[in-house]
Amino acid sequence: MARVIKNNKTEKQAKVSRVLTFSCVDGPGNRLVLFLQGCNFDCITCHNPHTINHCNHCGDCVESCPSDALSVNELGQVEWDAVQCTHCDKCIEVCAHKSSPKITHMSVSEVVELIHFNRFFLNGITVSGGEATMQLPFIIDLFKAVKANEALSHLTCFLDSNGSLPTSGWQRIAPYLDGVMVDLKSWQEETHQWLVGRSNHRVFESIQWLVEHDKLHEVRLLHIPGKSDLDSEVVAVGAYLQRLPSKVKIRLNAFQHHGVRGEALGWAKCSEEQMKAFHEQLSALVQRTIITPSVYV
Amino acid sequence: MSHEQSQLQKRFSEIISDANLSPKQKSNYLALEAEASLPYMQISSEAKLALEEGVLCDMFEGHAPFKPRYVLPDYSKYLHQGSKYLELNAATNFDEALNMLTILYHHVPSVTSIPVYLGQLDDVLMPFVGDLTDEQIYQKLKLFWIMLDRTLPDAFMHVNIGPSDNIVCRTILRVDAELKQIAPNLTFMYDPAVTPDDLLRQAATNICECSKPHIANYPAHASAYGDKRFGIVSCYNSLPLAGGSNTLVRMNLKELALKANSIQEFLEETLPCYSQIMVELMDARSEFLHEKSNFFEGFLTKEGLIEESRFAPMFGIYGMAEAVNSLMDKEGCHERYGHSDKANQLGHSISEKLAKLVDSLPVKYGLNGKALLHAQGGISLDKDVTPGVRIPYGTEPDPVSYVRATAGHHQFYTSGISDILTIDETVKSNPEAMYNLCKGAIHAGYREFTANVASNDLVRVTGYMIKLSEIAKYDEEGSRTNTTFLGNEAAKNTGILERKPRVASIEMSPVYE
Repeated sequence: MARVIKNNKTEKQAKVSRVLTFSCVDGPGNRLVLFLQGCNFDCITCHNPHTINHCNHCGDCVESCPSDALSVNELGQVEWDAVQCTHCDKCIEVCAHKSSPKITHMSVSEVVELIHFNRFFLNGITVSGGEATMQLPFIIDLFKAVKANEALSHLTCFLDSNGSLPTSGWQRIAPYLDGVMVDLKSWQEETHQWLVGRSNHRVFESIQWLVEHDKLHEVRLLHIPGKSDLDSEVVAVGAYLQRLPSKVKIRLNAFQHHGVRGEALGWAKCSEEQMKAFHEQLSALVQRTIITPSVYV
Repeated sequence: MSHEQSQLQKRFSEIISDANLSPKQKSNYLALEAEASLPYMQISSEAKLALEEGVLCDMFEGHAPFKPRYVLPDYSKYLHQGSKYLELNAATNFDEALNMLTILYHHVPSVTSIPVYLGQLDDVLMPFVGDLTDEQIYQKLKLFWIMLDRTLPDAFMHVNIGPSDNIVCRTILRVDAELKQIAPNLTFMYDPAVTPDDLLRQAATNICECSKPHIANYPAHASAYGDKRFGIVSCYNSLPLAGGSNTLVRMNLKELALKANSIQEFLEETLPCYSQIMVELMDARSEFLHEKSNFFEGFLTKEGLIEESRFAPMFGIYGMAEAVNSLMDKEGCHERYGHSDKANQLGHSISEKLAKLVDSLPVKYGLNGKALLHAQGGISLDKDVTPGVRIPYGTEPDPVSYVRATAGHHQFYTSGISDILTIDETVKSNPEAMYNLCKGAIHAGYREFTANVASNDLVRVTGYMIKLSEIAKYDEEGSRTNTTFLGNEAAKNTGILERKPRVASIEMSPVYE
């Protein structure tokens, strides 16, 4: 992804599915969050499956749009008109490709401008997804630009990741990176393979590397009672978490139905009682505050 | 005549026999009814019509005002000079100071008959700390805090602290977060040049705990009134210290906008015309108070704790959102207030025009001859009209966009903007986000930053706090606090508890219903 700008240097662009200027759950303090389109995991329990794939321009969504915000251009590509759009999300509903036509392309300088505009409200920025690191070159340039900008250099740069990035990737972004939140979706290799379609080997490797380089901010565990193995393997999980540096936050998320599609909709939601029980089991093994959800929907 | 009397008597007896009001609450309502039975002050037919049409509103302050709406005595002066009338010598230590304050609070009137201003307590008390240990100060302030909530149970009652760092300020924040009481309400003055970041962080953490304190932009208020010469009272009214507000009359911008055919007509004809009527009403009310009621003959004036010349009428407005939207419609543009730059700009121009009008229209009893512009938070009887300059309930953008859209108003409202940002409860595990938001808001020009955390039992209804658990119980049993029933009425009339994470802005519920 590159485009030519005025001074003839190429500037990286990102495929962005959403931008938030207020978030208190994506790292320390208030954060501007950039959600990038595209993910290399295919979790059964994904709560925003429309961020998984890039649009394949099949055009199925175009007719479903009640406000004529979607069209097919002369190149056969689906185009989205943000002004016409009422965000009814009908297009996302009909997309069989786990994608969305409502993607904007943002250049590094456009994002920097947005951060600058909001800087007095922010502790920092977080790039999330999808899987953010699939657009790593863009993120490296973005973080570099933030750190080099006098008015923004105090802002922290965080990543929210599924941990699939190889060590060589972490090495490239490390100089501009302040912290990472990583999802640990299950303990056993086979369970992970079944839930997300990939091995968890890379996830453990990423966590290890980030610990060694003092970049791990938070580990997140999604509790899906009876499906993931974080509870049945709680002794091993607890011992593992206990070995992480004490400043690393541990957050438990409860499996809910919001946004979920397909098979997992038939699975029971994680209730507050089940979360409490899991929290109690883990707390006996891990000597630090373990954050639990504030809302169950 | 006999029919009218029996109507009145019926009303008295309804109040007297209400199972949910305490004897004291009944006395207050009976007094309001008595005052309301006197003939209204002499006003023009235009003013009468404006009141009847609901374009202007006198806040049910009564037909014969015998006390100012808000009184801000100079508590520091009182502690240092004692009081002849109350037969008290000057305070010599912390205990005496607290005791003297407790006494004076019972002699400070207001529209609710309970004081709305309890003082800049850190400045007031620091001279008496002496060699008390931190723990001793904590114990004393904690008992004082409990006493306030139990004996003066009205959440309009406001304590101020900050902007400087001191042990009384820190201890009050500690006690307030610990007790989570409805009363007193609390404002923390923030001055970026004086307040250490970790003290503002403490205040932001408290907001996450109990939706208090409210953060005031100290330099903005100080530049309007002078250093240390003001206080924040009730629901975010910024007023002169040793003075206050003699009356509040408010203008319903929603209704007013319906009278204009275009934006230009609204700004150039409708607003000036009705501002003139506002002045007539404010003058009529304050003339009665200042000239006929004998209020300023009392010991508060005689002993120099208040000065008659430091009282001013508040020129209140509400329904900005509806006014902007209907004026936009009239110009054939359907962009909405809070969501479009064009609509927001129109709102800011209306505020600017109002500020100019208030400045150009002398009043008989004002601060330097002027009234004070205020964005009023609504009362529990308001229906289908949005408080002050807020973005309508249920249509609010995220908190940062909210602040951006409304910040442009703040420079114009000398006596404050009554508004509340509601933040979802995930902020509780990340108070730093509250701190960031607060700093950003002050930087953007907010005069006051008020936030509610959605899940807290203790929530703001504009200026006052209510406990959600008490609201649920109230219909059955009645409440110990004066403000729960106001919140209850507000909850029923405005659906504030049903809308998404947001709490209504209602200043007060002024009549028995």
